[in-house]
Amino acid sequence: MTLTATNADVLPALLRRLTGDEKHAPSAHSTLDVLWVLYDRILRISPETADAPDRDRFLLSKGHGPAAYYAVLAAKGFIPVEWLDDLGGWSSRLGHHPDRVLIGGVEAGTGSLGHGLGLAVGTALGLRAQGFLDSRTFVLLGDAELDEGSNHEAIAYAAAIRLPLTAIVIDNQSSTHGWPGGIAARFIGWDTSIVDGRDRDAIERALGDRDHDRPHLVIATVGRKDS
Amino acid sequence: MRDTFVATTTALLDEDPRTALVLADISTAVFEPARHRHPDRVFNVGIREQLMAGVAGGLALTGLRPYLHSYAPFAIDRAYEQLKLDLGHQDVGAVVVSIGASYDASAEGYTHQSPGDVALLDTLEDWTVHVPGHPDEVPALLRAAAGNDDRVYLRLSTQENSRAFAPTPKLQVVRRGWAGAPVVLAIGPMLDPVLAAVADLDVTVAYTLTPRPLDTSGLRDLVNREVVVVEPYLSGTSSRLVAAALSDTPHRELHLGVGRTEVRRYGTPADHARAHGLDAAGLRASITAFLR
Repeated sequence: MTLTATNADVLPALLRRLTGDEKHAPSAHSTLDVLWVLYDRILRISPETADAPDRDRFLLSKGHGPAAYYAVLAAKGFIPVEWLDDLGGWSSRLGHHPDRVLIGGVEAGTGSLGHGLGLAVGTALGLRAQGFLDSRTFVLLGDAELDEGSNHEAIAYAAAIRLPLTAIVIDNQSSTHGWPGGIAARFIGWDTSIVDGRDRDAIERALGDRDHDRPHLVIATVGRKDS
Repeated sequence: MRDTFVATTTALLDEDPRTALVLADISTAVFEPARHRHPDRVFNVGIREQLMAGVAGGLALTGLRPYLHSYAPFAIDRAYEQLKLDLGHQDVGAVVVSIGASYDASAEGYTHQSPGDVALLDTLEDWTVHVPGHPDEVPALLRAAAGNDDRVYLRLSTQENSRAFAPTPKLQVVRRGWAGAPVVLAIGPMLDPVLAAVADLDVTVAYTLTPRPLDTSGLRDLVNREVVVVEPYLSGTSSRLVAAALSDTPHRELHLGVGRTEVRRYGTPADHARAHGLDAAGLRASITAFLR
């Protein structure tokens, strides 16, 4: 069965189907609201245009805990709902980290942290080189993922060349040593918005903001990972 | 070889709008004219080799054909996981062009040397590896790579043979011995030292500038009993493929190449070749001992 949901009410059932978990509320999934807003209100992509050269791109750099991602992809018709019934099985296309080769609509196979931002910089440059100036590139990271040094190569370079792309950092304070002074301080030269990662309208406003000559950081704050 | 790489890649950028070039502060001055003409497709990310490979992966995801370039230890050793995940796992390709090889940068020390680059790529799926032995072999390899989306590695070196060969993936017989003669396979710039080493020995000498995929059927056709492989990177890198190719044939193998022990000396590439037994005298001693 393929859904084309326009209401986020479908997500709890899809998540239960995926995880078999009746106990945790959807809020246990830190990325859920950002992903829903992206696919429901921001990204110019659909199952029909999943291979269009000028489509918007979304890369889930933080490939860990992709349940919310799979639920949103199913809600929007990129994958059949039945796929959610088997996560990580031998016959399943849905692993504990997403694989773009196995899942239509997934732009990057991720899991090892610190790869998505560099890929996103290349993606944004590739779109621009081909004249797709209206095509936007988004990449989602976790605050703990920023521990990986490779991110900082991409952060500095995107700022230096004033590359328009949007990085979203889901901040659930899961980085072991934290980011004293704040996450935004690591993104010198980027425009920054800090939003409540559960407030869909605020997320939409932040993601809709678009500078054509500099990268944009949206920090989506959610509850602590262990709270 | 670097000059022919720069000229050919610059021409490809002019001719093919799919071509992109990603640099990491190495060879930027010589590519400045290309960057000036194609600022949307020529990038210098700074001293950031992980990003160089990640950007190449992203460019390839949008349909471009990225060439990336640095010293071998930085392009391969340092960015190994990016090559594995940002290219291979994404099922996209790129053309990695390195300089420095095993010990071209002899006076720079081990930090600037990569004897293990081909062995590292051998852990990954479907990499084509070219090890040209002459600058004139380089342009055709680069141009062929522009026409596909494969993962391609060109290992450029300042070590060169005196003549160029056709850029075919097949083994090429350079010198034929008697019908049952031992075969010495020289890879890339090892050919001239091999020819000097075996000048008065009755052996067949074969050459390849494309060790991956190795022309295993060509090797099976040539080898009767003894085979010696001489490669300009880690000794034994090709032993797995040679053993598999000849698994149903009684034979003896000798693998010569760069040793694993770090040579903590500077000097010239010739000094390092001698230290690893890869100069003509060292090769001759190893080969004659094996054939005795």
